[in-house]
Amino acid sequence: MMKLNKFWLVIAVVFLAGIGFTVVADNEFYFYTTYAVMQLMIMGIAWNILGGFTGYVNFGSGGFFAAGAYTTVFLHRLFDGPPLLIAVLVAPIVCGLIGLAVGYFTLRLKGVYFAIATLAVAIILETVVINWEFVGGAGGYYLLIPENIVFFDSYIEWLFTLILAITLIAIAVSRYLNSSKIGQGLAAIRDDELAAECMGVPTLRLKLISTTVMGGLMGMAGAPFPYFITFVEPVSAFNLLIAVNAIAVPMIGGTASWIGPVIGGLLLGTIQETVTVNISSELNMLIVGVVLVGFISLAPQGIVGLYQDFIRKRRKRND
Amino acid sequence: MIELFINAVASGLLLGGFYAAVALGLSIVFGRLDIVNIAHPAFVIIGSYVTFYINDNFGLDPIVVGLIFMPIFFLLGIGMYRFYYVCFERTGQESLSGLAYFFGIMFIIEVLLILVYGVDYRNVQADYVGKTLWIGIVGLPYRMLVPFIAATVITGGVYLYLSKTYLGRAILAVSQDRVALQLMGADPIKVKQWAFGIGIATAVVAGALLITIHPVEPSVGRLYIGRVFAIVILGGMGSISGTFFAALMIGIAESLIATFIGPSWAPAAAYGILLLTLAVRPQGLFGRA
Repeated sequence: MMKLNKFWLVIAVVFLAGIGFTVVADNEFYFYTTYAVMQLMIMGIAWNILGGFTGYVNFGSGGFFAAGAYTTVFLHRLFDGPPLLIAVLVAPIVCGLIGLAVGYFTLRLKGVYFAIATLAVAIILETVVINWEFVGGAGGYYLLIPENIVFFDSYIEWLFTLILAITLIAIAVSRYLNSSKIGQGLAAIRDDELAAECMGVPTLRLKLISTTVMGGLMGMAGAPFPYFITFVEPVSAFNLLIAVNAIAVPMIGGTASWIGPVIGGLLLGTIQETVTVNISSELNMLIVGVVLVGFISLAPQGIVGLYQDFIRKRRKRND
Repeated sequence: MIELFINAVASGLLLGGFYAAVALGLSIVFGRLDIVNIAHPAFVIIGSYVTFYINDNFGLDPIVVGLIFMPIFFLLGIGMYRFYYVCFERTGQESLSGLAYFFGIMFIIEVLLILVYGVDYRNVQADYVGKTLWIGIVGLPYRMLVPFIAATVITGGVYLYLSKTYLGRAILAVSQDRVALQLMGADPIKVKQWAFGIGIATAVVAGALLITIHPVEPSVGRLYIGRVFAIVILGGMGSISGTFFAALMIGIAESLIATFIGPSWAPAAAYGILLLTLAVRPQGLFGRA
């Protein structure tokens, strides 16, 4: 009980610190950078709920993210610029349903089929968007940022606060799934699905819960994206880098617990922003790829695993 | 209308034959060895760029380049498998980490090619590129006809190799019962690395055919992921003849959609078929239930 309170205390402090940051800081660059880092972290957290906790790989993160972004564009066209909050609430429902549908059709098969199906869903969604003129088609869609903002000095500060809130929600959801009974069921599926099934774990239902939550969180991360870059086109929204990042973050941090993608997101996000700004975005992509493959091959448990090894060794030495 | 239809089917057939060459390596590696090499199309694209480099500098015929580089890619494949085995298969982590590993490799290959060659489209020169063979109302461009013939010959060769030779049968055996193969005195790891080598070796030829058919840029490989997996799964996982017929089907489906609905919808065709197959008949059209 004590620990639970401490967690919520940290969440509240971080959120208030974020609000304070928007009051104090003036340089918009900080907000753009931290926004990108947090978006990356949410994607990693969402991927990890299915990939890390349950053991099912999703290659189509870009598709879920873009579905969230295009939900915003669609609502923007349909209702002539409704408040962003509505899109942030609708997008996870849309993307959660996509996740549920993909899961329902493929999760009864072996894990690799699910992985390939997610890739297929991403490409099909991209083709649909390219051919759908209402949301801009292949040419893309410009959004004008609303001019009247309440409470904040600029629109990016509002976006920053919003994505901070989404990040904290994602962390809380992920932590809940990790430590609750659902999380134990998911871990059982990851370790031995057949055995879990035999012990009475409702495997299909749990897997569907985890794909739905994964899709919903990714959609939530994508919903503010059109306002963040003000111009959405299919190539950037469905970028493969998004999918690679979503895998790299938990792989670097550690997939077994909820804290892994948080650490991985902070680390990879900071490296990426530094490299993209100071050197080039191609080199940034190369670094992500190499770091991902390096961690998978050499440190499959991520930074959390390395840390646990370190603690264990030190304890042994002290005994 | 009929003329358009017949021509669409004909070019779909040629395209499909070429798809068989691209899917061939994956059919062995994924279908028989159960290794989800999602980076296979990326190796095909490396093959395309090797072909482009040699053709551009020395004017060698693209298909000849592909054949010459087969042994090098074979060795590359063996190296890849050894690494994969040591890092993932031996420790039983192939399902999650192995998948993410190949995904990362695919991404690295793509970024490296962008860094070296940029995102411009590249193509090759050969005498037959640009000419067309006319049979009545049906036009068969040589740039597609030649790859079709080459792909058919290679698919046939691999089929014979797997069904007639000792090593080919060993590859079949390792996919059926690994322990039994071990009891017979053969080393499953050696057999698997040999098979993986063959799989990657076919990728360079497929790459040479690919760049003959249409210009290539580094991210083209992604479009082929869905196609090849659709073909391998539809073809019944590891059946070479099944792979060939499934490839023809996908080729014809794409060509018909491109002709009658619009070229921008064609890439989704294979993925749609793939999802449908996974949902309705995961053992494939030609597979045993």
